[in-house]
Amino acid sequence: MKRKEQIGNAIIYVVLVLMSIIWLFPFFGLIMQSFRSYDPKVEYGGMVDYIIPHKFSLDNYKFLFSGETNFLRWYGNTLTIAVCVSVFSTLIVLCVSYALSRMRFKGRKLLMRFWLILGMFPGFLTMICLYFLLKTFGLTQAGAVPGLILISVANSGMGYYVCKGYFDTLPRSLDEAALIDGASRARIFLTMVIPLSKPIIIYTALTAFMAPWCDYVFASYVAFGHDASYNVAVALQRWVVTNDYQGYFTRFCAGGILVAVPVTLLFMLLQKYYVEGVTGGAVKG
Amino acid sequence: MLKNFFSGLGEDIKEIGTTFAEGDIKTRLSFLIFGLGPLLRGQIVKGLAYLAVQIALIWYVIAFGWNYLSKFSTLGTVVTHKENRITVYGDNSFLILLFGLLTIIAFIAFIFIWRENVRENYNEQNLLKEGKELPSNKKVLLSLLDSNFHKTLLALPVTGIFIFTVLPILFMICVAFTNYDKNHQSPTNLFTWVGLENFRQLFKFGSHGFGSTFLAVLGWTMVWAFFATFIDYFLGMAVAVMINKKGIRFKKLWRTILILTIAVPQIVSLLYISKMFATDGLVNGYLMKWGLIKSAIPFWKDPMLARIMIIVINIWIGIPYMMLIATGLLMNIPAELYESAKMDGANSVQMFRHITLPYMLFVTGPFLLTQFTGNLNNFNVIYLLNKGGPQSMRMAENAGRTDLLVTWLYKMTVNDTNYKMAAVIGIMVFLVTAITSLVVYNMLPSVKDEEGFQ
Repeated sequence: MKRKEQIGNAIIYVVLVLMSIIWLFPFFGLIMQSFRSYDPKVEYGGMVDYIIPHKFSLDNYKFLFSGETNFLRWYGNTLTIAVCVSVFSTLIVLCVSYALSRMRFKGRKLLMRFWLILGMFPGFLTMICLYFLLKTFGLTQAGAVPGLILISVANSGMGYYVCKGYFDTLPRSLDEAALIDGASRARIFLTMVIPLSKPIIIYTALTAFMAPWCDYVFASYVAFGHDASYNVAVALQRWVVTNDYQGYFTRFCAGGILVAVPVTLLFMLLQKYYVEGVTGGAVKG
Repeated sequence: MLKNFFSGLGEDIKEIGTTFAEGDIKTRLSFLIFGLGPLLRGQIVKGLAYLAVQIALIWYVIAFGWNYLSKFSTLGTVVTHKENRITVYGDNSFLILLFGLLTIIAFIAFIFIWRENVRENYNEQNLLKEGKELPSNKKVLLSLLDSNFHKTLLALPVTGIFIFTVLPILFMICVAFTNYDKNHQSPTNLFTWVGLENFRQLFKFGSHGFGSTFLAVLGWTMVWAFFATFIDYFLGMAVAVMINKKGIRFKKLWRTILILTIAVPQIVSLLYISKMFATDGLVNGYLMKWGLIKSAIPFWKDPMLARIMIIVINIWIGIPYMMLIATGLLMNIPAELYESAKMDGANSVQMFRHITLPYMLFVTGPFLLTQFTGNLNNFNVIYLLNKGGPQSMRMAENAGRTDLLVTWLYKMTVNDTNYKMAAVIGIMVFLVTAITSLVVYNMLPSVKDEEGFQ
């Protein structure tokens, strides 16, 4: 019996080690490629069939900071969008969740059902109409950054499920006791529910913060043709897909590292909250 | 449901009738001028709010909306043209459709608010009749922080969702019934209603129809969503069980390594992987260097291979996610269940099949459903890896062999400006999602039998 279990564990270790290698390999490759030199005598910036650079250098990173492209600007744009969306949409999600979870009013069920149905329409369907709406407010091209923030924040109310699920688990007796003591709903919300909701606030803010880094589709559509309004996702995608043959591949890798490192660190730091949110959300659906 | 609606409507109309019949002059005047009753009774805040809404709606319709609504049935007749080299702007179908819709919504809102206004009068009059006092204006305002706090909380989100989701969706649903495409671009050209023509085209087979392409894309979308959901689900669960097994060390390390795929933005990781498997990419490079293959494997160019690749790479993303969820849930399974099973001589495979799996399926049923519908619309994985390629001459509108309905929709919008068909596909996506959700939801064990596992 003991022996059998040992063999079982050994197999599991082998599987886990193999998986770890597969899971880490792309990141290893990405890091290695980003350190390749841009010296035409040694190697060029396109794709090659080896993984360890012939010569380690910081050429690609220097290029990104050199101002030859708007990379820093794009980075700043994305950071601005991510921070604003994170702050404002978390506020909105909290408001919506509180109203739907702790209060009972006419039309509550109807509103939830209506939003559920709205959510079944694919997001890209409305792209042209949104583009036009933003354009009337002057929020495309040069104004793409505030435009993207506006759209994300405005629609964030529909993503209340996980947060509402969390509020549902807070005991109702808390509210009732406070109401009897004469506290208003607003007071309960601000001084009792919010302080109790740290995990879910962090979860909501974290997921909202991470999304804009990947927003290629809508960002490229709204900022179309206006270089200074791009975000990193648009820039990286362009380097890989269109500028590929001009040797932008290693630059993409370096840019990717610069994007991935802070986001990954933040995520790892707040992992605990993410896991809580995701698990809670999965069970409650 | 319909019966309920009509009986409800009937009662409503009756109530409106009695309100008018029994109403005093203030109430009766309120039927015409919103909020006049409350204003005359000293309810300044409510009265002004109603009045402001009425004025705003009427002003919008007269000054702005009516102009568009009157052309709504044709979406414009005057084409932009040149007269003596000066451009004369004609009708703009896009604006007519958008603002026409808004005007219709304004009418509906007008009726609803009128009804609320009548009810408000009715309530106030009854209160006064019973000899009670009306709440003071300050109290009315303060209730927005207490009993009416939901109105304060929801005002902004609901407005945002109305302008940036509801209105655009209504607009696009309408577009599905017009001929808005690259030959009918506003403002230079007009577009107009064509009835069900676009839907007919979607189901038309033959060289000019979308029928065969639509079925192919829909088929792949379903196959993809099925595999992407269930393979990841079971593998993720298996990995969680492995990591959580007693006696396995470095649990945290394994988890952290896997979670990296969630942490790193997909735009970086997926684009890199896509290039890794390109014909001139790293994988082919090594395979050729080692002499395993003579010519590059067309990972992304061969339809079947590309599909398999996408599903496999999606496992790379999906397993960690499922592992996280499963880890939390596995700990909730009562340990006694396992112990008693062990006493009965069950091995670990049997325990997984008879305890772990049923429990997990029960608890994660709704989650599986959202995963499935999420995968139906999983834009990032498909588009970043392969852009839905390889393209095929036999498919309409540049659809590729790995295109999902959503990526196809995106291509039609951005590359071909074929808005009408994009809108039709969008409606189809909605139908597929809605039908799947409805059917599966009612089959879920946790919905049928909520107490099943308690």
